[in-house]
Amino acid sequence: MIETNVIQVENLTKKFGDFIAVNAITFEVKRGEIFGFLGANGAGKTTAMKMLIGISSPTSGNAKVADFDVFTNSEDIKKNIGYMSQKFALYDDLTVKENITFFGGIYGLSRKKIEEKRQLLVEELGLQNIVNELVGSLPLGWKQKIAFSVALLHEPKIVFLDEPTGGVDPITRRQFWEMIYKASNNGTTVFVTTHYMDEAEYCDRVSIMVEGKIEALDTPKKLKEKFKVNSMNDVFLKLARNIE
Amino acid sequence: MNTILYIVQKEFKQIFRNKGMLPIIFILPLLQLLILSNAATFEIKNIKFSYIDNDKSSNSRLLIEKFDASTYFNVISNFSSIKEAKAAMSKGEVEVILEIPINFERQLSNHKDTDLSITINAIDGAAAGVQSVYINQIVQTFNKNITISLSTPTENKSSTKIIESIPSFWYNITLNYKTFMVPGILVLLVSMITLFLSGMNIVREKEIGTLEQMNVTPIKKSQFIIGKLFPFWIIGFVLLTIGLVISKIIFNTPMVGSLWLIYFYTAIYLLVILGMGLFISNFTDTQQQAMFIAWFFIVIFILMSGLFTPIESMPYWAQILTEFNPIKYFVEIMRMVMLKGSNFVDIIPLLIKTLFYAVIMNGLAVWSYKKTN
Amino acid sequence: MKRFTGFIKKEFYHIFRDTRSLFILFGMPIAQVMLFGFAITNEINNVDIAFFDKSKDVTTQEIINKISASKYFTNKQIIKNDKEIETVFKKGKVKAVLIFDKDFSEKLTKENKTTVQIITDATDPNTANTINNYLSSILKNYQLVINHQIKHSPQINPETRLIYNPELKSVFTFVPGVMTVILMLVSAMMTSISITREKEMGTMEILLVSPIKPFQVILGKVFPYIFLSVINAVVIVLLSIFIFKMPVEGSLFLLGFESVLFIINALSLGILISTISSTQQTAMMISLMGLMLPVILLSGFIFPISSMPFPLQVISHIIPAKWFIIIIKAIMLKGVGLSFIWKETLIILFMTLIFITISIKKYKIRLE
Repeated sequence: MIETNVIQVENLTKKFGDFIAVNAITFEVKRGEIFGFLGANGAGKTTAMKMLIGISSPTSGNAKVADFDVFTNSEDIKKNIGYMSQKFALYDDLTVKENITFFGGIYGLSRKKIEEKRQLLVEELGLQNIVNELVGSLPLGWKQKIAFSVALLHEPKIVFLDEPTGGVDPITRRQFWEMIYKASNNGTTVFVTTHYMDEAEYCDRVSIMVEGKIEALDTPKKLKEKFKVNSMNDVFLKLARNIE
Repeated sequence: MNTILYIVQKEFKQIFRNKGMLPIIFILPLLQLLILSNAATFEIKNIKFSYIDNDKSSNSRLLIEKFDASTYFNVISNFSSIKEAKAAMSKGEVEVILEIPINFERQLSNHKDTDLSITINAIDGAAAGVQSVYINQIVQTFNKNITISLSTPTENKSSTKIIESIPSFWYNITLNYKTFMVPGILVLLVSMITLFLSGMNIVREKEIGTLEQMNVTPIKKSQFIIGKLFPFWIIGFVLLTIGLVISKIIFNTPMVGSLWLIYFYTAIYLLVILGMGLFISNFTDTQQQAMFIAWFFIVIFILMSGLFTPIESMPYWAQILTEFNPIKYFVEIMRMVMLKGSNFVDIIPLLIKTLFYAVIMNGLAVWSYKKTN
Repeated sequence: MKRFTGFIKKEFYHIFRDTRSLFILFGMPIAQVMLFGFAITNEINNVDIAFFDKSKDVTTQEIINKISASKYFTNKQIIKNDKEIETVFKKGKVKAVLIFDKDFSEKLTKENKTTVQIITDATDPNTANTINNYLSSILKNYQLVINHQIKHSPQINPETRLIYNPELKSVFTFVPGVMTVILMLVSAMMTSISITREKEMGTMEILLVSPIKPFQVILGKVFPYIFLSVINAVVIVLLSIFIFKMPVEGSLFLLGFESVLFIINALSLGILISTISSTQQTAMMISLMGLMLPVILLSGFIFPISSMPFPLQVISHIIPAKWFIIIIKAIMLKGVGLSFIWKETLIILFMTLIFITISIKKYKIRLE
């Protein structure tokens, strides 16, 4: 596989009045990579991500996602990405099946394709018993896994995950990461924000944001070497302390 | 096109899945149509009438009987003093007090003028005005009869010049209020339901968080808005249809003009209301805000629609304001087409205004729906 | 207790931080009172009328001038043939057509008796009837003028006194009505939404497992709204006194007391609605769809209750707004004290207790 950048960000900035939420960040993400986007709450992760997925316009800087400019072609970006947010975003009052049909339809898949995808999903996730249940009645773990699969329904080039594993048990988190690996192996780039530092270890590369700036960006291994610590957790703590 | 169908399908599923909502959408309005149409009448009837008869003569009793015989007044009590009567009026027990003076009969038989004192509770000014007219009519008729019975044959009646007016009430010969109110209230109910539902719609997704998910999809703004509008548009039609059937079967409301014309107009009208609802929905952050704004406008639209109070009597600036009231147009159309049988050409001016309004509201709805902020 | 005041403070912060909602809550009622106070009247004025004068002589011209001069009729139109009558009605503007026959004046001079036809657009029966009355009385007056030389017969002169509102201002009926509608709907809507919102967001459960007692939770939620509604009520009363020149014949203190009672009644109705609805959407639709038209139509705000069919008069008894309208009018316009309105006051109090009792029962069932 040729190494090309699917996300290219240069000095991207977002201001809300006087407050600078994202301060001139620069980085790139390679095709097929699992890119961890770390930071404390309020560090600007979600704001940065929202600019990349085209629902928030940047104040200044440049960014290209899947070769499309976030300023001018945000609607084209949307065709090529999947998104799953921390605020779980399937419809609670629709069944699993109805959610799949709906989102498949919105992304312009044919009825036949939707049907195929659904059967595949049901098999892979073992949804046979719950496919006709309302999403609202399912446990959080299930919801997250289904939401992730729905985000991949239209085979996007990049999938953005905003704290996807918030509030679920360790086993489900494990399963969830297996799904992420699988997607990555299929060539999908994964851009994931998290504040679980153990999850950071699973990423190919991570960036750590502190107060609107990217303070570190490398593979977990190199970061640990650089800061001379044993875990990503310590890397993070060291960085945070430095800022203070 | 396909995308729109998926949204429509989803919206319908969500509406029909909410079991608590269905009766509110379909049963509550129709129940109100059935019940409230009977309430809306300005007819003056059964006014609580009391009297103080200081004369206690056969003529004074005759006069009181005349009041009792009319459907406007219900003679419910008599008092011995005006003070007592006033106290009763303060308590709201009586609305009109008639005081007949001592010597009432004697004055009349002596061919002299006599005064009656009448007190009306005028808090409701318009009703008081009408009551006063009716009282005068009853007294005049009584007066005429007395004059004839007292007059000597030499006084030749035919020297009086008389201009008699012959009233004819077109389109509603019996002055039946329900003929007027049933279509009007139906319009209000259809407008309320569709405005509230569409007003809550997008902001609800905003609050739940699903709107963000929609915003990262490549869906076009106009597709999204049309997909959201359509289900409520259908609900509006269903309500209108059931309402019209009820009007016909239960109230026997005349339907002189073309029903197709009503439906054609409704198709455009609903777009105005729904566009407005979605605009409100886009413009607010919470369902609570959206509902308060929708409530604000609907109260104004209802009270200034010309259904309950006449528009012509409003000050000029307020009449101008009613030009922005879609409900006013619909009420007028219902009245024109259903009761008078106005045809397409007659309603063209209203139709154009409504169409213009629809374009603007939906333009605003699409414009204010921002996928990016 | 300290915990409870802390909780109320939180609710206040919650409301006052949201300036947009605050603007809506205060701005909209004021706008409505101003608008309706000035604009709405159930008098009938400025009617468009058309004349079809086949006689065309001095008498008919005099009558037409008399009618045109009256303040009830503004725009006049002349019609030339029978067909046009239908057209002017269908176009919608003209509400009445007066027809003088060809021999109108001839008959008046020769036979002393003539007729004029008044056709009214009775799609609005009230307007039609009133216009008809106006026109008849103008004709009667004209008749008196041309008969002035005739010998006097004994007259009964009814001397009518219109008390409480001698100038027959519509504002006097509409302001109390608008105030009632606003207080009822805003209060019921606010509480029902804010409680179901907590339910929907799942925060209600958190509050219920906290050491604060359930009724304190509800009370804490409702309390700020009592405060807000009282401010609304005060503003509306001030507007009606200073802008619309409504008198307050009775005690302001009593008016305040009754308003607070009514606000609490509306808020408790809001709580009741929140107990039977699980989503904000349902709560809103019940308070808006369920309350709006019944409050406007069955409270005596616009349509006199005494004219309604008997079953509806019975139903109107369960509308709290009806009793409150009677109370405000009695205090402001009639100037009576509590001894005259204790019945109405007790009814509102009783309804409030019923709403609260049912709500508590429903909450208990839910919690068990």
